[in-house]
Amino acid sequence: MTTNNAILKAEGIKKYFPVRRGLFQNVIGWIKAVDGVDLYIDKQKTLGLVGESGCGKSTIGRLILKLLEPDEGKIIYQDKDISSLSPDEMKPLRKEMQIIFQDPFGSLNPRMTAGQSIEEGLRTLPIKGHHERKRRIIELLNMVGIASSGADRYPHEFSGGQRQRIGIARALSVNPSLIICDEPVSALDVSIQSQIINLLKELQNTLGLSYLFISHDLNVVGYISDMVAVMYLGHIMEYAPIEEIYNNPLHPYTLALLSAIPEPDPDDRGERKTLTGDVPSPFNPPPGCKFQGRCPLVEDRCKKEEIAFYTVNENHTVRCWKVVGG
Amino acid sequence: MMKIVNSSQIHNETTAGLPPAAPRKTRFQESWELLKKNKLAFLGLLIFVLFFFTALAGIILTSGTNPYFDPSTVRLQEKLRPPLSDPNLKTLRPEETPKLGLYLFGTDDLGRDVFARMLQGAWVSLTVGFVAVGIAVLIGIFLGGIAGYFGQNHICLHHILVTLILFIGVVLLSIGNMYLGLTCLITGIVCILYYLLMKKRSVKKAQSIWLQMLHKKAISVDTLIMRVVDIMLCFPSFFLILTVVALLPASIYNIMIVIGLTSWMGTTRFVRAEFLSLREQDFVTAVKALGISNLRIIFRHMVPNAIAPVLVSATIGIATAILTEAGLSFLGFGVPPPYATWGNILSDGKRFIFDAPWLTFVPGFAILIVVLSFNLFGEGLRDILNPKLRERY
Repeated sequence: MTTNNAILKAEGIKKYFPVRRGLFQNVIGWIKAVDGVDLYIDKQKTLGLVGESGCGKSTIGRLILKLLEPDEGKIIYQDKDISSLSPDEMKPLRKEMQIIFQDPFGSLNPRMTAGQSIEEGLRTLPIKGHHERKRRIIELLNMVGIASSGADRYPHEFSGGQRQRIGIARALSVNPSLIICDEPVSALDVSIQSQIINLLKELQNTLGLSYLFISHDLNVVGYISDMVAVMYLGHIMEYAPIEEIYNNPLHPYTLALLSAIPEPDPDDRGERKTLTGDVPSPFNPPPGCKFQGRCPLVEDRCKKEEIAFYTVNENHTVRCWKVVGG
Repeated sequence: MMKIVNSSQIHNETTAGLPPAAPRKTRFQESWELLKKNKLAFLGLLIFVLFFFTALAGIILTSGTNPYFDPSTVRLQEKLRPPLSDPNLKTLRPEETPKLGLYLFGTDDLGRDVFARMLQGAWVSLTVGFVAVGIAVLIGIFLGGIAGYFGQNHICLHHILVTLILFIGVVLLSIGNMYLGLTCLITGIVCILYYLLMKKRSVKKAQSIWLQMLHKKAISVDTLIMRVVDIMLCFPSFFLILTVVALLPASIYNIMIVIGLTSWMGTTRFVRAEFLSLREQDFVTAVKALGISNLRIIFRHMVPNAIAPVLVSATIGIATAILTEAGLSFLGFGVPPPYATWGNILSDGKRFIFDAPWLTFVPGFAILIVVLSFNLFGEGLRDILNPKLRERY
């Protein structure tokens, strides 16, 4: 693994949420949202994090930003362990890592103009003077493709795509090196999706950003990512460069995700591997392999034994008994 | 300057929807123009300002040793005269005749001019309403904000201990034990400083059993504040006020403060509920990720989004406060009797409601109009301050 060039490493992070019931709010169990995840994001590269809803993708994003406290594990940002930092110690690092949200309607304060929203970020920087800030706001807006006049407008006056751009401009306002993109295009229509993804790619090239790109759509992730991590029920199932995921997918779940990508050419449509059933509740996960309940290739061994990562080659790891066995 | 090439298409999409922006005025100018367009809200403001100046004029015209309108002139031969009736000049001494030449709002059971009494009471009633509600709203936003935003944090045993030490210090000081009291206060403050310093560093060393006991979580902030709200709501607030007023010297300022201190519970609940839903919204997460301080998040980002229900309950609270003051005055705890307030004119008039209905209707309508105008203004203000609703005007 090329970990020496990593901007961010996560080692075995876990986050369990307590489930409380009854009169005295007793803890009756834990939801294992993230259950021991290792990630690394290389400088100026994109790591795609794929998985269906409820598998813990967004929780990982918030853990990395320390908006949630990890229960276990280390988060190492540029050789510095940030997982045990207090909120005060975290403050200077906040400028380094930013987040873009899925819902363009909820991610901007409805009572602030676009300019004011961006200015909130600039306030944490040593930029002095109103004019200097104004100039920087216009610069940031132009950078994401919004006309300067947009600075004085309120969020409801913009379309979804434009709001997403303003959200990106706000994230860029503090000059971050790493941006967590939490399903940034899932709420947009397809034509706008491609514009936002192109914008993110351009910004990566011009500003040298690194991304953690969270999505449920392997197609979108394939377009922007260098590495892909496939996640299921709090676990990473397969971790590989994007070409490997497309050309040599090993985990049955990855195969199912790949076959869910719509194919425009009717002649090229192969047999679709549709998964049956729902994601099991993370409150009561199945023993053994977490995917066993829905896996088309399930064996006895999958139902009993937990499986560790199997290294296929230098960059490609997978968590499946089938691969180990064959 | 960084600029992206290869995005002409993107620029087209994003600029097409926007009409060229007119040169922006300042926020205040803009809001003022919107207010003028909103007829009802403007009317509300106008009436309210009118009442305010009437109340100011009322103080000047009815106070002093020889006031222009004398609210305390008793004319027993002229009692319970209806509004707009002419005074019987033959039976009155020249200094007893009403200055307007007629009884505009009639006279009460002692023959006092109700118009003069209304003027005298206007200032007290308005200030009671606004100061009391102001205090209640401030406490409500503060406590509701803390409960909604920091609610999940726990109060530990050492917090309670430090508060206890400080409290004992204050009590000792107030009963005159200087040395012990000061020692307690200083110990408490040193403890607070120590914990603040410790918080800056995130040392997670193995601690002794005693320290662990001290850091045991006792109760969550949310539970504490909301249970206090429940306790306060359990008391019939009027009797709570009566108890407090009985202990304090009777003065109009004490009444205002006491009414304010006993009516913040509703606002607290509103603000907490709004904060609980706002706290989970993405824009709050975004400003947290930007590293903005908690205070700024609360007051700049969350309070403006939570203020609408508070404004509505505040407008109703004003009427309640004016009437509570009336009740207190009626029982002799409020403003001392010869001095008039709208509330005590109203409650005095109750006894004659069939013979002299104007005694209840005049102050009743005055309170109604003040509350209504403030309500209209408040509602308009709410719409004007909400960028989304602005476009309706």
